[in-house]
Amino acid sequence: MGEAEDGVKPKRVVFVTVGTTCFDALVKVVDSQEVRDELFKRGYTHLLIQMGRGSYLPSKSTGDDGSLAVDYFTFSSSIADHLRSASLVISHAGSGSIFETLRLGKPLIVVVNEDLMDNHQSELAEELAERKHLYCSRPQTLHQTIAIMDLKSLLPYSPGDATPVAKLIHRFLGFPED
Amino acid sequence: MEKSSSCFFSNLSSSLPITCFISFIAIILVRVLYVIYRTGKPLGKRAPQQPLSTLIVLGSGGHTAEMINLLLVLQKDRFTPRFYIAAATDNMSLQKARVLENSLADSSGVKGISAEFMQIYRSREVGQSYITSVWTTLVAMAHALWLMIKIRPQVVLCNGPGTCIPLCVIAFFFKVIGIRWSSIFYVESIARVKRLSLSGLLLYKLQIADQFFVQWPQLQRKYPRAHYVGCLM
Repeated sequence: MGEAEDGVKPKRVVFVTVGTTCFDALVKVVDSQEVRDELFKRGYTHLLIQMGRGSYLPSKSTGDDGSLAVDYFTFSSSIADHLRSASLVISHAGSGSIFETLRLGKPLIVVVNEDLMDNHQSELAEELAERKHLYCSRPQTLHQTIAIMDLKSLLPYSPGDATPVAKLIHRFLGFPED
Repeated sequence: MEKSSSCFFSNLSSSLPITCFISFIAIILVRVLYVIYRTGKPLGKRAPQQPLSTLIVLGSGGHTAEMINLLLVLQKDRFTPRFYIAAATDNMSLQKARVLENSLADSSGVKGISAEFMQIYRSREVGQSYITSVWTTLVAMAHALWLMIKIRPQVVLCNGPGTCIPLCVIAFFFKVIGIRWSSIFYVESIARVKRLSLSGLLLYKLQIADQFFVQWPQLQRKYPRAHYVGCLM
């Protein structure tokens, strides 16, 4: 993955999203030198952080000095485009973000927010990690996860199907089968 | 002889309010038991042949996305008119529902939308103190009652946000007092793998939902009356 003579590396974007929540712990750790260096080592060129309702502001960087280019924003009406152009997604454990990313077939690291009370979100992240659809991590261990992750070992996620539910509902209400 | 009969009648008239009260309670109890007995039984011959007015409860986070996924595969012309309710502080959900209804109207060429979009006060905001929550829950229940009286849905679709509890309880209440019989369908969120949400637990234990769906097998093992339907997303 060496640079070409004219210094153009293929653009590989890491997209970080916290959805509509406040997850300063994740934004902070992603902004840390440790994680930035680790991502750069793994061949990523750009880091884009969607920071939601958080108050911690990352430091932007153009990446001209041969490091990771970093930018951030708070919200967007649809993160689908950012997900599509990402080579790696690091997300909070919200089911919306998780499944939107998995359905696009993007490699995903889910970071569970330990500050949340009644952390049911971790159940989903752990279950999907067990099924090898994503990596699961805590803010403090994120840099290790990035260092050792093998994205090729992740299994693609087949989108779910709501027709079984619809069938049962139609049958209950006495609608004729289509 | 006369003394005892007049004594009897005077006793009866003084205990009449009590007798009425006890009869009233007994009727309500019998009615509640009947509703619980009939809850969960497919409508079968009782099924109305016309479209059913449907209440759809939306919620922030993944709830609305999951609900929309379900709505896409339902026979839309049988669930109409549709009433969407979201919490007052949830800005995105009703917008997503509007987008869905607009695309349905476009594809079917029908002018005008047979859908209404409403907001409801939340019983409790995330992080709100439990003491002030008592008052806000009462306000939310009153608001829910007002909306339900207006809508009187025949079908209720919900998947977990706390806003669905007052609405489902009132739907059950309407069944008991005979205002409207509704079929209540609850789909536990895909984010619930091993434990039910508080809304799910309440509706499951109180047997308020006619059909209770879960998306992971672990939950079906734990809650046998639930139907395991696999992942919706």
